Amino acid sequence: MKIPSRLSLAVLALVAAAACGKKEPEPAPAPAPAPAPTPEPAPPPPAPKPEPVKTGPTAEELAAAAARVTAEVMAELGSVVHFDFDKSDIRPGDDTWMLERKAAILSTNGGLKIRVSGHCDERGSDEYNLALGNRRANAVKTYLINKGISADRIEIVSFGEERPVAPGHDEDSWAQNRRAEVEATAGAMNLRKP
Amino acid sequence: MNVLPRAARLGLVLLLGAPITVAAQDPAVPDGVRIGIEYRPGVRPAVVMLPGNGIDSVRELVARDLDFSDRFDVVRLPTDAAAGATLGGVTPNYGLLRTMGADFAVELRPDGPRVVVRVHEVATGTPRREQTLQLPAPFDSGFRMAVHRLSDEVVRWITGTPGYAASQLLFIVDRRLYRVDSDGAGFVTLSPKGEEVLSPAWSPDGSRIAFTRFGAGAGSVVVQSAAGARSVLTGTTTALNITPAFSPDGRLVAFARANEEGTHVFVGDAVQNCCLQRLTVGRYADNLSPTFSPDGRRLAFVSTRAGPPQIYVMGLDGTEQELLAPFDYGVTGSSNAPEWSPDGATVAFHRDVNRAPQIFAVDVASRRVRQLSSAGRNEDPTWAPDGRHLAFVSDRSGRRQLWVIDMVTGRIRQLTFVGDVRLPAWSRRMAGPASPVHSPP
Repeated sequence: MKIPSRLSLAVLALVAAAACGKKEPEPAPAPAPAPAPTPEPAPPPPAPKPEPVKTGPTAEELAAAAARVTAEVMAELGSVVHFDFDKSDIRPGDDTWMLERKAAILSTNGGLKIRVSGHCDERGSDEYNLALGNRRANAVKTYLINKGISADRIEIVSFGEERPVAPGHDEDSWAQNRRAEVEATAGAMNLRKP
Repeated sequence: MNVLPRAARLGLVLLLGAPITVAAQDPAVPDGVRIGIEYRPGVRPAVVMLPGNGIDSVRELVARDLDFSDRFDVVRLPTDAAAGATLGGVTPNYGLLRTMGADFAVELRPDGPRVVVRVHEVATGTPRREQTLQLPAPFDSGFRMAVHRLSDEVVRWITGTPGYAASQLLFIVDRRLYRVDSDGAGFVTLSPKGEEVLSPAWSPDGSRIAFTRFGAGAGSVVVQSAAGARSVLTGTTTALNITPAFSPDGRLVAFARANEEGTHVFVGDAVQNCCLQRLTVGRYADNLSPTFSPDGRRLAFVSTRAGPPQIYVMGLDGTEQELLAPFDYGVTGSSNAPEWSPDGATVAFHRDVNRAPQIFAVDVASRRVRQLSSAGRNEDPTWAPDGRHLAFVSDRSGRRQLWVIDMVTGRIRQLTFVGDVRLPAWSRRMAGPASPVHSPP
């Protein structure tokens, strides 16, 4: 290991001090002109400066906050699950974690219905890929059902290799194209975070 | 007319392995005619097109059809020899033809509005067979197909089995359906712009086609008549219904349905549009791409029951399911797209070799598997009506195009020169209205 220079040591010391400071439960160490960041799930968006301490957020602000939460939930719902070549198993790691999140979103938002579409890279046979895409969509559906989501809220379709997202003919494109996408088909208004 | 010299073609045969023995194709010998030629690979009868006045377009088409049949060496007469090929422009000069090494001479002669076709046996110096027929006018839409039928007859007179010129192929480019004649002419679009179509199939008599109309991740099996009338096969308006195939009697359509229960083979009555029956079971296997045996009693199909997709066979009622093309687990690549040959002896399919699909054929009786291609990616084989030619998709020239291979000589030609072609389906011989006017024994 390299011996750290004096400057590095000084930086390290500063960082350490800052970290220690953060850990302390000291309330409001620096009263800034803007309202301090609170653990509130939806802080008002751009510049609520001119407003003094009033009754609370307006209806517009509430609607905007709700829309932003809905957009965030939708983005998480729409995160793409990927698969290995010619496989339909849900991979441990990020893909499993994403499905756990989707299951939580569906549990929290009982009116939400989704459509899962399975896709393949271009290498397999055209017709077999339609069956493989169906199997991938089915794997996602089965995972969600096992998490307690009702089957009638999940529709599946397969596009085989007909809708690539990456146009290339290389490993990277193929990996991107082997996927399952989730989209909402009903109940996608005013979603709540799990 | 020969694209390659004999030696080069022999080399191709060697490259492709031993030629397939095409057993008992259409053994019917018409009208008590004795067929003297016994076909031996590599030794093909030499045929001369006799020169004549008029109907050059017919003569040209027939000459090319005979060449594409791969059953003859079609000998082109040098210009200086053409004048001497006939005596007085009528009788073949058998002596000269013999010295040229010709075995047969084909004579085409206009007779008023009709055409006289005569095949001469050069060795004996006698006409072997003739027919007089009425052809549509050269600008008529039925002209080319009528000439192709005539060519197929000439092939039959000489070899005992007809050619395959009077046939057409369906294929997909960009999810649109196209049709082309077996010689690459007559290119037409069969599906409207904006509609997505996959997996076309012919009814055996060529009067109907079936395909998957694809959209939004679901798909119906559509049956379309030659006139363009369409119907959706019963029970296929929901889920994803793919890979239709007609039974040999044209009554049934087998297809695969993909949904929550996996992908399974069904068969329905396409004439009554009823009576859907499921043929495969099992929660964890996909079953698709059914193809009927020519006797209509069995179906070959793709199944993932053992892991990767491989070729299986079953009875029409779904019983007696078994492996058709043997494979080594964990070694052999995926196998897909089976199509049963018209003579019933062989099932062609493609199998991944080093992750590139190649054309294979399995002998139904012995279960012996042979690889037929190795250059580039080669997939989705479909049989010509003569049972010895296969069309398939290959990227050997760059883009994916249709190619035709003669399984006996190994000769290969490119059929399409359009965009990225896939999923071809070759028709059986097209019966036509052009019936012979006069045909002496």
